[in-house]
Amino acid sequence: MRFLDREGLGSLLARLVAEGYELIGPTVRDGTIVLDRIEAVDDLPAGVGEVEGPGTYRLVRRDDRRVFGFAHGPDAGKRFLFPSSEVLGTIGRRNGHLTAPPAEAGAEGRRAFVGLRPCDLHAIEVQDRVFRGGPEPDAAYAARRDGAFVIGVNCTAPGGTCFCDSMGTGPVCTVGFDVALTELDHGFLATAGTARGGDLLEEAGSREATPGEAAEGHRLLANARVHMGRSLDTSDLPGLLYRNRRHPRWADVAERCLACGNCTSVCPTCFCHDVVDDVDLAGETATRVREWASCFSVEFSHTAGMEVRTSREARYRQWLTHKFASWIDQFGTSGCVGCGRCITWCPVGIDVTEEVAAIRADDGAVALEVGA
Amino acid sequence: MSAVQADARADGREAGAPARPRVAVFKLSSCDGCQLQLLDAEEALLELAGAVDIVLFREARGRSEPGPYDLAIVEGSISTPRQLEEIKEIRASARFLIAVGACALSGGIQALRNAVEYGDTVARVYPTPAYVRALATSTPVSDHVRVDLELPGCPVDRGQLLGALAALLGGHLPRRSTAPVCAECKRRGYVCVVVARGEPCLGPVTNTGCGAICPGMGRGCYGCFGPSQPPNVAALVRRFEELGDAPERARDRFRLITSSAPAFRDGLAASAGEPGRTEVTP
Amino acid sequence: MNVVAPDLHRERAEAVPMRIAVVRRIVQETPDTATYWMNLRRRADRLAYSFAPGQFNMVYVFGAGEVPISISSDPARPTCLAHTVRATGRVTNLFPSLSLGDEIGVRGPFGRPWPMREAAGGDLVIVAGGLGFAPVRPALYAAMRNRAHYRRVIIMVGARGPQHMLFARRLGTWTHTLRARGVEPHLTVDIADDAWPYGHGVVTTLFDPAHLDPRMTTAFVCGPEIMMRFAVHELLERGMGTHRIYVSMERNMQCAARMCGHCQLGPAFVCADGPVFRYDEVAELLEEEEL
Repeated sequence: MRFLDREGLGSLLARLVAEGYELIGPTVRDGTIVLDRIEAVDDLPAGVGEVEGPGTYRLVRRDDRRVFGFAHGPDAGKRFLFPSSEVLGTIGRRNGHLTAPPAEAGAEGRRAFVGLRPCDLHAIEVQDRVFRGGPEPDAAYAARRDGAFVIGVNCTAPGGTCFCDSMGTGPVCTVGFDVALTELDHGFLATAGTARGGDLLEEAGSREATPGEAAEGHRLLANARVHMGRSLDTSDLPGLLYRNRRHPRWADVAERCLACGNCTSVCPTCFCHDVVDDVDLAGETATRVREWASCFSVEFSHTAGMEVRTSREARYRQWLTHKFASWIDQFGTSGCVGCGRCITWCPVGIDVTEEVAAIRADDGAVALEVGA
Repeated sequence: MSAVQADARADGREAGAPARPRVAVFKLSSCDGCQLQLLDAEEALLELAGAVDIVLFREARGRSEPGPYDLAIVEGSISTPRQLEEIKEIRASARFLIAVGACALSGGIQALRNAVEYGDTVARVYPTPAYVRALATSTPVSDHVRVDLELPGCPVDRGQLLGALAALLGGHLPRRSTAPVCAECKRRGYVCVVVARGEPCLGPVTNTGCGAICPGMGRGCYGCFGPSQPPNVAALVRRFEELGDAPERARDRFRLITSSAPAFRDGLAASAGEPGRTEVTP
Repeated sequence: MNVVAPDLHRERAEAVPMRIAVVRRIVQETPDTATYWMNLRRRADRLAYSFAPGQFNMVYVFGAGEVPISISSDPARPTCLAHTVRATGRVTNLFPSLSLGDEIGVRGPFGRPWPMREAAGGDLVIVAGGLGFAPVRPALYAAMRNRAHYRRVIIMVGARGPQHMLFARRLGTWTHTLRARGVEPHLTVDIADDAWPYGHGVVTTLFDPAHLDPRMTTAFVCGPEIMMRFAVHELLERGMGTHRIYVSMERNMQCAARMCGHCQLGPAFVCADGPVFRYDEVAELLEEEEL
């Protein structure tokens, strides 16, 4: 295990910038820690912590100068690897003839992600299976992914809605990083996940960590597991949800759910999208745009002149069941990484761990037919 | 859906100069803000002028040509006896009618009067009520005539309006999303004002299309694009109360620009019937 | 305000290329449904293109978007593609205004086809309701071409009324031709006057007259979900096994590559895992509403 002091991290980031990477990291904006373009280590949120709960997120001042002393804001890698709006190509029409030129893959800048959490790294692996594991891999996604350098940061301050420990995705980085850090008071424990990461750690002036430093790292991470805000019993989740499609809890949550789709937007694995046409007034060029979509929208299930999932109940059931059950059938992995963002950023604070627990507590209950 | 181009195949395929669709822009009870979205469209307006003949647009040109029109764009609500007639005339003159903006879609802010005693209000506001010739209610265009397409907003979003015109010229209806403002906030990376600041926001139940302007400026959405997909008004009212609104204040947030939109009005009525509630909608 | 939007409208390549097709012939099938015959414009595309019965294309209409449409023509003649389209939505409403020579985009073919081989050696029963006749017509073509592979070939078609029966404007000739080629046609409509020479009632009323042999029958069922549910129950009651019955499902699709998420039916992506499913794979799902 290596140790990197604060200056060392600065020099690591500077090297990435010198190599042409755009740095994407946590920074404070509008009372929130967002992921955005950063220039250097000074843009990281030093001494900032947060309080997360169902439907609420507040920044607080920490009594130290740690730059990763929080869990996460609403953003994960998804915003950058699977952009919310992306041009797929253009179709031309002249004198009645169509042209559909194969769109050239745009020149993608290389990005270095600074401070992604273990849950975020798992989420990227999950989206990899969607966008590059299927019958028609998405070349643009793959290019963005291959161009990424990832600095993961182990969680020493999990949030009030976090449950990565239950999902087996955290609080320690285990996949998908070039470098993983654990922040101590005076610097960072650092592990290389790739040869490239190892080289950079050397170049940035890291040294072997002392046994005391390593022990402190272990203590912090063990402590993080204990302070995980939430937990979820994952035993036979698919079976539980599949056999409870008529559970009364779905109607109950539909009473509270706004169907606003914030959970799907902040979810780092949700991949559903629309492809829409934007046509010019002259009727000569149609731009095909891929946009984030949500299974909470009524039109999402529009089929042959009608909607399949009209009730909020059915839409909530679709989302939760997809996330925890059918995702496993489809991609061989859970769609939930336990980041808890859907709980924090739900405007009415619906808590998936609570909903699943309620179904489990009354496993097999069947909603009475109205009027029965 | 070829109404807009039926008389004038607009893709220029036929030899000779094809006739361009005749477009008229009308205003009823409204602030002109929606028309201004067209007028301010600058280069897009020139492009539009190349694709259609704008033959009536009182805000923009002095000369008006009589109907029939291929397309009528109507801003404003029906608020006076004269407008009751006018909207029928417009409908009769137009093959395709688009209602634009909150006034035309739900009666607008002036529909606040629908919930109060009209005579009293006029007497209280105007020194000589006898001069006021208005209807007791302000109502949407669709209450009176068939409407082929509705575009929400206060004002209507210029991009959405031009996009709709482009689609119609292409012979099809524009795609209309029922997604709420939240979808747009998240796509743009705006921070949620409800969650991060405890600020009441109608975004979760309001039609997208505005570009999430208000949350983008750090304030709550006030619903000017009207209700999105069947909205869960009761749940949001409860949330506003949790955030500190007095019960009537929480409900009043739905009674502004689009107060008479049925989904908001009925949603409030339904939520008033919830256990523990006694007050009723006026 | 500083906004995270570095990615808005980034250019990228589409996974499956769109080919351009030219509309060559339009046959009005019913008041709201027509069959659009088309060729791919480029010779190389025509040569490269082939499909199996039950597969679909993503069909693109300029400026309006793409919709999944089953291919309704003969798989042995893939240069002559037919799509049978009912005008029900924003995109399909544009089809009636297509003229000969108009161009549309085609991506495909996609999806899991009807299992023609599974049915070989026994009886093949095709049960179609309304527009559901379109996705099974290629299976009928294929069965006729390889008539010797099957013992009996039976086609049962139901529609609301005679004017809603697809592909059958000259029904007399059509049924005669089918019989001549060894296919047993059974037709019914819900409502008809006395001039209608075939069956009256829903499609399941055709099962008795057809005298199915449950031990050696494979059934392809395609139509509205409610019709498929009834037809399948009828087949099961006659002793057919769930693994010998196949159905074709319909869902919204925007990508046809397991990515857009719209076509999910429980764990299945209809675009790739379907549209044809063996009944036992989806039986439980078909019993749920709003799934």
